[in-house]
Amino acid sequence: MNFSYIILIPLIPLVVFLLLGIFNQRIKPAVSGYVGVLGLLTSTLLSFYTAYQYFFVYGKANGVYQTFVEKTVWMNFTETLAIDMGVLVDPISVMMLIVVSIVSLMVHIYSRGYMKGDDGYTKFFAFLSLFSFSMYGLVLATNLFQIYIFWELVGVSSYLLIGYYYTKPSAVSAAKKAFIVTRFADLGFLIGILIVGYYTGTYDFEMLNNPEGNAILNWASTSFMGLSVLTWALILIFIGGAGKSAMFPLHIWLPDAMEGPTPVSALIHAATMVVAGVFLVARLFPMYYFVENGFALNIVAYVGAFSALFAAIIAVTQTDIKRVLAFSTMSQLGYMMLALGVSGYDGHEGLGYMASMFHLFAHAMFKALLFLCAGSVIHAVHSNYLKDMGGLRKYMPITNITFLIAALAIAGVPPFAGFFSKDEILVAAFEHNKLIYFVGVFVAGLTAFYMFRIYFGIFWGKETKYEHKPHESPISMTFPLMVLALLSIVGGFIPFSKFVTADKAGFEAHLNYPLAAVAVGVGLLGIGLAWAFYKNENNLADKMVNFFGPFYKWTSDKFYFDEIYLFITKKILFNRVSAPIAKFDKKYVDGTMVGIGNKTVWTSEKIKSLQSGKVQDYAFAFIAGVVVLVLVFIYMWTN
Amino acid sequence: MERIIFYSIALIMVVFAIASVTSRKMLRSVIYLLFVLCGVAGIYFLIDYNFLAAIQLTVYAGGIIVLIIFSVLLVHHIEMQLEIAKLSRQILTAVACMVGLGIFLTTIYSHEFNVVENSRTTTTADIGSKLLSYEAGGFILPFEVISVLLLAAMIGAIIIAKGAKLTGKNDKAL
Amino acid sequence: MIPGISIYEILTITSILFFIGVYGFITRKNLISILISVELILNASVINFVIINKYLYPDMLQGVLFSLFIIAVAAAETALAVSIIIGLYRQISSVEVKDVETMKY
Repeated sequence: MNFSYIILIPLIPLVVFLLLGIFNQRIKPAVSGYVGVLGLLTSTLLSFYTAYQYFFVYGKANGVYQTFVEKTVWMNFTETLAIDMGVLVDPISVMMLIVVSIVSLMVHIYSRGYMKGDDGYTKFFAFLSLFSFSMYGLVLATNLFQIYIFWELVGVSSYLLIGYYYTKPSAVSAAKKAFIVTRFADLGFLIGILIVGYYTGTYDFEMLNNPEGNAILNWASTSFMGLSVLTWALILIFIGGAGKSAMFPLHIWLPDAMEGPTPVSALIHAATMVVAGVFLVARLFPMYYFVENGFALNIVAYVGAFSALFAAIIAVTQTDIKRVLAFSTMSQLGYMMLALGVSGYDGHEGLGYMASMFHLFAHAMFKALLFLCAGSVIHAVHSNYLKDMGGLRKYMPITNITFLIAALAIAGVPPFAGFFSKDEILVAAFEHNKLIYFVGVFVAGLTAFYMFRIYFGIFWGKETKYEHKPHESPISMTFPLMVLALLSIVGGFIPFSKFVTADKAGFEAHLNYPLAAVAVGVGLLGIGLAWAFYKNENNLADKMVNFFGPFYKWTSDKFYFDEIYLFITKKILFNRVSAPIAKFDKKYVDGTMVGIGNKTVWTSEKIKSLQSGKVQDYAFAFIAGVVVLVLVFIYMWTN
Repeated sequence: MERIIFYSIALIMVVFAIASVTSRKMLRSVIYLLFVLCGVAGIYFLIDYNFLAAIQLTVYAGGIIVLIIFSVLLVHHIEMQLEIAKLSRQILTAVACMVGLGIFLTTIYSHEFNVVENSRTTTTADIGSKLLSYEAGGFILPFEVISVLLLAAMIGAIIIAKGAKLTGKNDKAL
Repeated sequence: MIPGISIYEILTITSILFFIGVYGFITRKNLISILISVELILNASVINFVIINKYLYPDMLQGVLFSLFIIAVAAAETALAVSIIIGLYRQISSVEVKDVETMKY
């Protein structure tokens, strides 16, 4: 099967980006919106076609999904160590194509309504296309270096889009923060890549991930500080993934990233870019699993579990609805990470891997939906804060219902998508690690609680006095909501275990009824608590706040992580390290150079009177010089 | 006879050349130059290049000198005394020129010239056919080029000497 | 060929003329005087062309033709120089070298 047409999927958004970027001022906003949507629609159709061809027609051979690679060598270092550019088609990349396509297309359509009348309308669509291009490139990457290139590209587009409202200082600093934190994490990624390249001699995913391949069989050959070098490399790569996926302790950029326009948050900071870290671990899953018996994978599991818990606790206390959603995203990403961490490789053992990908898919749908609903609400009331909302169900029926569907999905209530994926994750965790299982269950309850807290806070509760009467959003905004809501409902019934598994063979997954019942019970408990606290106005919530006292304060201040980082960077790094270096640089390095420059200026001041500007002086110098030269030559010749 | 004529011409040329470059009166300096140029024409007559001598007289003595005299009259008062260079500068230059002259003369006198004894007369027709010949050794191309150059120089001279129109803007610049 | 006069004597005269021109070019302070000196230098070299043609290669005409071209170029040059001098005079009311030194540092 020839899959080379897949290259068009990333290229179309790139062309759209160039088109909109170059003719920025000359394109009417309405046209640029259509161009962006059309470009992405083409990519989406191609993605669906690819998925159909791959999953149902050509992909399987002997019951195992094959990996198709179309690539050209771009830079050649040795026989095997080369940087290629190309597309790799396997179950997770095709699945990611679908996810990116659906969410991106919906966000494009939604943005036509949401950004209407904005000055940078065309620019916005150009950036969205750039992002789509980078994300497609990332999921289709054939080797570590290609994924790194696109990894940085999505980072750049994320930076551009967070800082889209560049006249707002908070947006600018949020963009910088996101870029610097993820860039810092990517340093780990890069070092990991270099280590992998050095010790295994290849960047190619197929060679790295082959369970009988060199990279995996020879992991024990070199060790460094008690661990195999490849384990170190995988941990470093995971640091890069953790930075992008906002895992603890590199999560601090994600809440601030909410300064960007809401569709951007839905696309980048909920559904696609932030799952790049999960995708990266999944992409290298055989390495994580086989190298040193999954040591690095355990780290992934614990970091994921801790992030899930940590973020869920913070999410309970936040009052900015987008920040609640951001912490919720971080929590759910932790869920995916922990699912990968507890996964095995063969057959049913690989349940965690499958569940993680399943959750990634489902989460992309309902979290994008949540963000878009939040955007719709913000569009209506012009505020991000819960205190400015309440009782909106009468004004915004579609948003209300779709938000409810998404909230039920994330809370894990059957038959919505989140129920199935979450259940699989909890089953996988239960089978491998009880501690992580309990964390998972607790987080599931918290998730249901905080999600319904904001649901009731927005759509029920006491009605705030609105300056303008809130109104339902236009069809261009509600249409994506309905599509995503539909997907959130039916998404759970996709037999994921048939398609996306660690060993690519597919297996039958069954619901584990006792565990499912526990999860659903906890979820319903959370919903019930939220109902009791927030459905109608009462002081139960305030009582709880008083009960927890200082703990509540810490939580709502996000455990002071921003302050700690600031302290470390400003007080210690800047004052103790950077300042002396800067001083040395100014005084000695610069000083020398400036001194040389000053001496030159001084010398030229002294000798500039030689340049009198009189032609005759020059002529005299010329003739005298000629005479002297001729004398010298005659002297030399005659001797 | 020719020797006497030559030496007298040589003497005239050298004397008037020196006078020309040292005179402090502009107009006199130009007239001295005229004598030198006539002397050059005399040398051409002596070696039997009559056409060249005629050109020298008409173009140089007739054209260029008149041109220079015009420009002198346009920009100077007749009686104006020219500034003279500093004495040290004069001496230095004179020394350099003397040394250069010495080098020239030693080089010339140490070289054996392969002189061909002849008394051939070149006619104007020879020069004309050579100038307009387009065979090997012909000078038709330089001839045409020089005519274009003369045209260009003429136009250029007109444009430069005419100068920009004296508008208010230019007045301010002055 | 001048009877009784060798090429050396004529070349001596032209060399002297040449260096007188150089001397004038360097010491004179006036643009027109400089122009005059340039004419001297040019004439000295033109005589050299003609003399060498006559004494060494009497069958050829190259020297004569070249001197014709030099005279033409000199005429063009003088015309341009004079026009420049007049233009300059209009601009700064002076043709002294010391007033024309904007090339100075």
